[in-house]
Amino acid sequence: MRRVFSKPQRWRIFYAQALDEMMGLGISSLAIVAIVSIFVGAVIAIQTSLNLINAPPYMVGLATRDSLILEFCSTMIALILAGKIGSNIASQIGSMRITEQIDALELMGLNSACYLILPKLLAMVILMPFITIFSIALGIFGGLIGMALTDYLTVDEYIEGIQYAFTPYYVTYSIIKSMVFAFILVSVSAFWGYNVRHGTLEVGRNSTRAVVTSCICILIFNLLLTELLL
Amino acid sequence: MIAAKNIYKSFNGKRVLEDISAVFEEGKTNLIIGQSGSGKTVLLKCLVGLHRADSGEVWFQSVEYTALSRRMRSEMRQQIGMLFQSGALFDFATVEENVMFPLSMFSSMSKGEQRDRAHVCLERVNLINARKLYTSELSGGMQKRAAIARAISLRPKYLFCDEPNSGLDPKTAILIDALIKEITVENSITTIINTHDMNSVMEIGDKVIFLHSGKKWWEGTKNDILDAQNVELNEFVFANSLAKKARGMM
Repeated sequence: MRRVFSKPQRWRIFYAQALDEMMGLGISSLAIVAIVSIFVGAVIAIQTSLNLINAPPYMVGLATRDSLILEFCSTMIALILAGKIGSNIASQIGSMRITEQIDALELMGLNSACYLILPKLLAMVILMPFITIFSIALGIFGGLIGMALTDYLTVDEYIEGIQYAFTPYYVTYSIIKSMVFAFILVSVSAFWGYNVRHGTLEVGRNSTRAVVTSCICILIFNLLLTELLL
Repeated sequence: MIAAKNIYKSFNGKRVLEDISAVFEEGKTNLIIGQSGSGKTVLLKCLVGLHRADSGEVWFQSVEYTALSRRMRSEMRQQIGMLFQSGALFDFATVEENVMFPLSMFSSMSKGEQRDRAHVCLERVNLINARKLYTSELSGGMQKRAAIARAISLRPKYLFCDEPNSGLDPKTAILIDALIKEITVENSITTIINTHDMNSVMEIGDKVIFLHSGKKWWEGTKNDILDAQNVELNEFVFANSLAKKARGMM
């Protein structure tokens, strides 16, 4: 980890790499994030309206909004991205290890850990809050679609609910969590990829380990951060 | 000149190298030969620092490489070029970008100058027409030549080649050998080649070190090999029936 946080050899190349990683890891994940967020937002809104029959109508919007902000859009999206991005990072770095590309970097005099991992870390830690906000917006929109397509609640009542008793700190909390989760999923996945030693089979195994370990770490840190921040 | 002094290396308690001392001369192609599993690659990786020897010293001229800090070693490595067994070309880059990579990292050249230098190197290995191809589009021989171009792009003082002929047909293997030899002489590089290909030994081996069971078993020139009275070396050199016949052993 100490080697990852070293000074890059060339800042210009480092920034270009980070930008590439933002496109490759983050932007390319927006489609799956959007689909999942819209559908889950709709389902949460419908389930909440079914379970809050005697509650004031605005409670549906409020509960949907807070569920999305507090838990779904940071934790669930991080778990989904751990599967998509985590396996990608582990297999990419693992393949480079077994084809001696990492040795080649080292032998040129480069710090391979810094060169390969730091741009990914920076890219995801910067991008993850935006992905989370994007997911929150689409989740709430998904709830609105859910209400529009069913007759549990009017759209106006739902909109009133999502505006009711809004706590801005919840968004801050969600963003902090998303940044920590981004750090976990990149560093854990890169660790497993970087430590592949025994051929292609281990690349597959370590990719799976990367996803599983990332998910477990995210869940543990979710609990810790919730306890600390709320 | 590169000198290895009393190199020992073990993996999980199994000794792979035992008391290896050798001097690799400047401007010459120094060959490390031996059977598979004799410790050639481990020795090469100890020399370049990809493996840390359990004990012993490696000297590059008057610098004790094994005693350098990580940062100093990184700087020193910019004088080292290495041709890996697999080529180790970056698959995210074209041939030209692969050759430009060390230049973009360690030289103060402009992009245009980097490209010009890459073209010189690619011309040298006769690969200029393949510069826009990705590594997956190259044949084995082309990958080795591209890797050589990348290895010499920073004008290294030392060139290490790990089994440069592995997986190549005899004709291409001879071409690669000749290329390495020419580059060594042209640039007065200290070249160390790890091989078990006897054609390479007889074609380009200025100095030959024979490893057996992790120990230095024999040392000499390619001309000495034919007259050597070392049993293990003879078994290795004259392993095939044609060679045995040629030597009158059958």
